[in-house]
Amino acid sequence: MSNPDNGTHGAGANGVNPDQDLNAQNLPGQRGDHGEVIGVRRGMFGANNGGDTSGYGGLVRTVRLPGATSRPYGGYFDEVADELEGALDEQGLVPENVIEKTVVDRGELTFHIEREFLPVVAKTLRDDPALRFELCTGVSAVHFPGDKGRELHAVYHLRSLTHTRLIRLEVSAPDADPHIPSIVSVYPTNDWHEREVYDFFGLIFDGHPALTRIMMPDDWQGFPQRKDYPLGGIPVEYKGAQIPAPDQRRSYT
Amino acid sequence: MGLEEKLPSGFLLSTVEQAAGWVRKSSVFPATFGLACCAIEMMTTGAGRYDLARFGMEVFRGSPRQADLMIVAGRVSQKMAPVLRQVYDQMPNPKWVISMGVCASSGGMFNNYAIVQGVDHIVPVDIYLPGCPPRPEMLMDAILKLHEKIQGSKLGVNAEEAAREAEEAALKALPTIEMKGLLR
Amino acid sequence: MTTSPATPRETTEGTVYTVTGGDWDEVVEAAAKADDERIVVNMGPQHPSTHGVLRLILEIDGETVTEARCGIGYLHTGIEKNLEYRTWTQGTTFVTRMDYLTPFFNETAYCLAVEKLLGIEDDIPDRASIIRVMLMELNRLSSHLVCIATGGMELGATTIMIYGFRDRELVLDIYELITGLRMNHAYVRPGGLAQDLPPGTVDQVRAFVKKMRKNLPEYDKLATGNPVFKGRMQGIGHLDLAGCLATGATGPVLRSAGLPHDLRKSNPYCGYETYDFEVPTTDTCDAYGRFLLRLEEMRQSLRIIEQCLDRLEPGPVMVGDKKIAWPAQLALGPDGLGNSLDHIKKIMGTSMEALIHHFKLVTEGFRVPPGQAYTAVESPKGELGVHAVSDGGTRPYRVHFRDPSFTNLQAMAAMCEGGQVADVIVAVASIDPVMGGVDR
Repeated sequence: MSNPDNGTHGAGANGVNPDQDLNAQNLPGQRGDHGEVIGVRRGMFGANNGGDTSGYGGLVRTVRLPGATSRPYGGYFDEVADELEGALDEQGLVPENVIEKTVVDRGELTFHIEREFLPVVAKTLRDDPALRFELCTGVSAVHFPGDKGRELHAVYHLRSLTHTRLIRLEVSAPDADPHIPSIVSVYPTNDWHEREVYDFFGLIFDGHPALTRIMMPDDWQGFPQRKDYPLGGIPVEYKGAQIPAPDQRRSYT
Repeated sequence: MGLEEKLPSGFLLSTVEQAAGWVRKSSVFPATFGLACCAIEMMTTGAGRYDLARFGMEVFRGSPRQADLMIVAGRVSQKMAPVLRQVYDQMPNPKWVISMGVCASSGGMFNNYAIVQGVDHIVPVDIYLPGCPPRPEMLMDAILKLHEKIQGSKLGVNAEEAAREAEEAALKALPTIEMKGLLR
Repeated sequence: MTTSPATPRETTEGTVYTVTGGDWDEVVEAAAKADDERIVVNMGPQHPSTHGVLRLILEIDGETVTEARCGIGYLHTGIEKNLEYRTWTQGTTFVTRMDYLTPFFNETAYCLAVEKLLGIEDDIPDRASIIRVMLMELNRLSSHLVCIATGGMELGATTIMIYGFRDRELVLDIYELITGLRMNHAYVRPGGLAQDLPPGTVDQVRAFVKKMRKNLPEYDKLATGNPVFKGRMQGIGHLDLAGCLATGATGPVLRSAGLPHDLRKSNPYCGYETYDFEVPTTDTCDAYGRFLLRLEEMRQSLRIIEQCLDRLEPGPVMVGDKKIAWPAQLALGPDGLGNSLDHIKKIMGTSMEALIHHFKLVTEGFRVPPGQAYTAVESPKGELGVHAVSDGGTRPYRVHFRDPSFTNLQAMAAMCEGGQVADVIVAVASIDPVMGGVDR
């Protein structure tokens, strides 16, 4: 992705990690009190049943993803946002209802979209002459069990060959109701990508022509890449020793 | 043919064993069972520089019914396992299996939900070939070792005897976890 | 083993015969009796000419394919999940095994994503970027060579296969010199490279470029004008620009439809904007055009490799930040590659802090600030994208690979339906899917 012109905008607006100042003091992952909380980390060495005598057992760190950014976003991002909002307006939609928030982080623009509006937004982004995001590079999903009410995130990257731009759409759904509208009718390339996400995360894409498993055998139980699904390895035997499977080992947290 | 399996024990049987072993080892037809990275090294072994034809092995068979060696080259997924077994069942006897690479031999670095932790859960393996992927030279070494094994294989009553001995030895063998010493 | 005869079975769609081989005569006889029968041929997943464990489900009418579908997942390895249980640095060891014909592209795309998450893109030393570019272009050669070789073999042209593997061995010799391995290198690491080039590399690569310039015309002589080859390839696997964009096809498939889209030009990374090369296109939209493109791309790659060699200046190959750079200084000992004795002497003998630092970085790894990043490189097959998510830990929270083989393979149905059965093989070979990348 080409870095947009880094102007002198406010914190977090210039497409740089907004924590750069903090990072200079080697404080990883601290984001003040802004951003989206997705979990809390405790301790340091993965010992959670009283075995930690290191003194790090009481360490508590809140994990926050980058929060919403306010305008100006910098580079071509403002233009894309303006055009998208304008185009949505023309279709009689209120942009504030469609776009939950806009995040600019590390030189990448992310629109968090309300799930029911995803097909409209995708179609607008593809067809509007000023936007023209012709190529969708598929969908990737992320499972955040700690993000209550919006555990499953589907992430789409759209590329405009005409304007050489790249943006990201993010849609979330709760674990209790894992439904997101399919955008296969807009981007046929998402056919297999959505099947893959369904296979691995159990996200159901409503309107997909044939949402079946693609990677795992048809009779497989569970959705293997969710965080609540174990890695499923077996312990490895050596002479006189047994090493537990990778997800059973004690590890740094 | 089956006739050789019914010979009486003794000089005749051991002579036939040697002849049959020599004939069998000299024209082994491998089935193409390329799965992943190792398959590329297997193809390389068949190509110009390493030239498997020197050992009478270049004729990779597309159909399992014409093959007697299965080189399982790569990681075997849970989805592939039934297919692999079916292809193995379709091969005529006598048949041999080389498990090429750590993934096929033990699951290797992919100790997870998707990969069968060793193809010996599905088919009997004659030669385990370590490496990720093994070099073509290593594959040729494995093939030559298999040739030795084929040459020395038994028939009829001798085969039954050898199988019994092997099973007794396996039952008496010390499990890995009870072994002592260095990891080798 | 005896084969069971094709027993008929009544279903809602009519009589169904299921055959697994051996008794084709019976099937053909039965099919001939009623002319409205559909025959569904299941090709693979273990078939000599389907580019790995790909399953093709073809509905045929005589020799014509009326419907074609892919079954994939026979090589699903769970690499994306495995990455979540290893440190960020160990991740390269896994991603290099995804598309095993393009290891350096996987590693570089992944490392670019990690570097973007860390915010250290601008700190990568020039020498590291130049070596990355050189290795990627060498990799483009070896990948295209395998594509042409196996594609030829699937047509029955064994000579071109021998040619392809002969030249690929030359590239592999260079890999082995630089990384110590023929495949699956894990040489590109977040922040730079595992180690510097060994002495003699530049000379060997120069000799290789010279030799390759002599060898490449042999493919032209053997195949480009060959009437049999052209007869099998021209007009086969047709996919026009609209079809490419709809199915998301990138790489040679897209460029064979005439659009010169190449991420190295449109969204440069690793300093590609400073190299002088062209993006070839053809407008034939078919397998033959893709073959010509791959040949031309190999020539362009040779140009880039030469420019890399001219630019190589002595310098570091890892970022200066000691909290990220792998602390080891590797040296070749009698038992293989490992930490240099000097480094061990230093951390064990003179500096306890250095020892602690080494231990922490190797066992724990570095922490990556929370957030997500997407980076893409132009792999020989198309756009290879990496979506990496961090939760501030020492391990990836989620890494997703948008593999070009996976996306391009969707175009198989569009390319094959309405064509002949024998042409399916050509069409699939012209997409050049590698199942390791498709299934991951």
